[in-house]
Amino acid sequence: MENEVILEVRDIKTWFSTDDGIVKAVDGISFDLRKGETLGLVGESGSGKSVTNLSIMRLIPSPPGRIMAGDIRFHDRSVLSMSVKELRAMRGGSISMIFQDPMTSLNPFLRISTQLVETIRLHQGLDKARARDMAVEMLRMVGIPKPEKRVDAYPHQFSGGMRQRVMIAMALSCRPEVLIADEPTTALDVTIQAQIIEIIKDLSAKLGTAVILITHDLGVVSGMCQRLCVMYAGRIVERGRTDALFADPRHPYTQGLIRSVPRLDRDARERLFSIPGTPPSLINMPECCPFHPRCSRAMDVCRSRYPAETDFGGGHRASCWMYAEGGARG
Amino acid sequence: MAEGNGTAARDGRVASALLEVSGLKMHFPVEEGALFHRVVGQIRAVDGVDFDIRKGETLGLVGESGCGKSTTARAIAQLYVPTAGRILFEGRDLCRMDKGALLSARRSLQMIFQDPYASLNPRMTVGDIVSEPLEIYSRRGLMRLSRAEIRTNTESLLDAVGLSRHFVNRYPHEFSGGQKQRVGIARALALNPKLILADEPVSALDVSIQAQILNLMRDLQEKFGLTYLFIAHDLAVIRHISNRVAVMYLGVIVEIASSGVLYDSPMHPYTRALLSAVPIPDPVVERSRKRIILEGDVPSPDKERSGCYFHDRCAQRKECCAGNVPRLTEVEPGHKVACFLYFNP
Repeated sequence: MENEVILEVRDIKTWFSTDDGIVKAVDGISFDLRKGETLGLVGESGSGKSVTNLSIMRLIPSPPGRIMAGDIRFHDRSVLSMSVKELRAMRGGSISMIFQDPMTSLNPFLRISTQLVETIRLHQGLDKARARDMAVEMLRMVGIPKPEKRVDAYPHQFSGGMRQRVMIAMALSCRPEVLIADEPTTALDVTIQAQIIEIIKDLSAKLGTAVILITHDLGVVSGMCQRLCVMYAGRIVERGRTDALFADPRHPYTQGLIRSVPRLDRDARERLFSIPGTPPSLINMPECCPFHPRCSRAMDVCRSRYPAETDFGGGHRASCWMYAEGGARG
Repeated sequence: MAEGNGTAARDGRVASALLEVSGLKMHFPVEEGALFHRVVGQIRAVDGVDFDIRKGETLGLVGESGCGKSTTARAIAQLYVPTAGRILFEGRDLCRMDKGALLSARRSLQMIFQDPYASLNPRMTVGDIVSEPLEIYSRRGLMRLSRAEIRTNTESLLDAVGLSRHFVNRYPHEFSGGQKQRVGIARALALNPKLILADEPVSALDVSIQAQILNLMRDLQEKFGLTYLFIAHDLAVIRHISNRVAVMYLGVIVEIASSGVLYDSPMHPYTRALLSAVPIPDPVVERSRKRIILEGDVPSPDKERSGCYFHDRCAQRKECCAGNVPRLTEVEPGHKVACFLYFNP
């Protein structure tokens, strides 16, 4: 049961057409999400992690964006061929999302109760009174004090951390199978971040919800995710169990990323490792390893072709010509 | 107003301080009414802060949003007129200087801002941005530089921060976030300052770029003998860059110590909770850590407080904490803490 795959993403390409050319925001991404697990998508800005998840929810604004190729299967049904009605039932029902900024994701003109009750009634068909009871119960579950009173407050009457709790309550109110959390703690202070992480961990375990956690923070994924996908320039460059990935990172980007983060538990005052250069522009990206201009081990083949994934066992895989067939040691 | 009128240093320890801040308060009035503004309250953004920065060191100022760390920096730079307190820079009180004296003092005291997008004028070329301080000081007769000298200085500043000198005629939008932050640093260095107030200089940057900027700032510190007040909310970044660290909570400093001591044996319950809340990028270490989860949120800074500012969220509070304000007190050499666990009111 643990290993049952509920969401399959297969070779998704989400491109945006702009005046300057085609932006390949997501360029061939595949992963599986298993029941009850927490999967981390880690990457820096522009790596395509948010676009991946907007693609899963079919929330890519079109035009300019388009899912050019690939398939997304939720319980063996293709999300890409769902009707509008089916999509509405899926979004917020069986897959729900929380975002980075809880202020812009709540309607400032409506009471929390109105927004929560609306979601619950829409997806669960409860009457008003019972939906309200459930809303209060959800707020209690995410640790909002005096929920029966606070439920009638407006979003601006809550602090940032409390608003994110409301978002989590709303997202989990329909007992979704999948929760997509897009940088859920980035806008919050560390002590509040710690509270929110505990709530997500606790509730996903209690309710059996699978979580896709999108973040740039290697610290947050260390404590939350069983498996990780490291993204760079619209591709997954390395994936595997969190422990294996941190213990023995294979892709030069992953290695550099882990080494460049200052650590709280290390006495510092020494130079940080830094990856030279900046992430590439995704406009009219040629078929090559997008990391090669910043890679100290770049070879000729890196400049002309994108490497296939090499399997290191236990689901640990990386896309790098150092390991791939046809590369240096292939 | 604070006592004394800000003259020279009194003892040896203070003499080595480049900057000495004492009793600094910065309150902002809360106004009501559209036509006749009525003051209905005060936001106590900074509410009595004392610290000094020694020549050549980096003092890290860390705390969560709203704790007053940026306001402290802005008050030091005299971008605000402090409500009370003294800011001695090289022994002279910045708060009591006239405009002319302040202008020449500011030459030695420059700022780097968080958002490199907002802090660079999009209509100016990089060359103009970096050379503007030189031109202003030349125009006012505080420096004597010819056009050619300003040009050469600008180019060597770009070299120093790792940007090509061919960039002088480019505009900010042509640069990435990390490069823009380099431009901001070059501008801050233009007048050859002694103290740099860096307000969250790497928070807007991706980790791979953040490491580049942190390394650059350290190199420049060595090369030019700079002193930094480095403000950040990221405790790992602060540990990496600072010699000493001050932790702020709700407008006051609750603990200050050398970086190693503060991180290895924190004393204040807030510092402990803060450190325990920071996730460490290592799954094995993460599993073995115990987190102190703080209850509730930071209270609003609009009330006068009678007790310890942290007492209502503190798991170790004692009876005396509600009615007495703990002063920042040296409990071990170089380690100051404002908490009644270590002394009595």
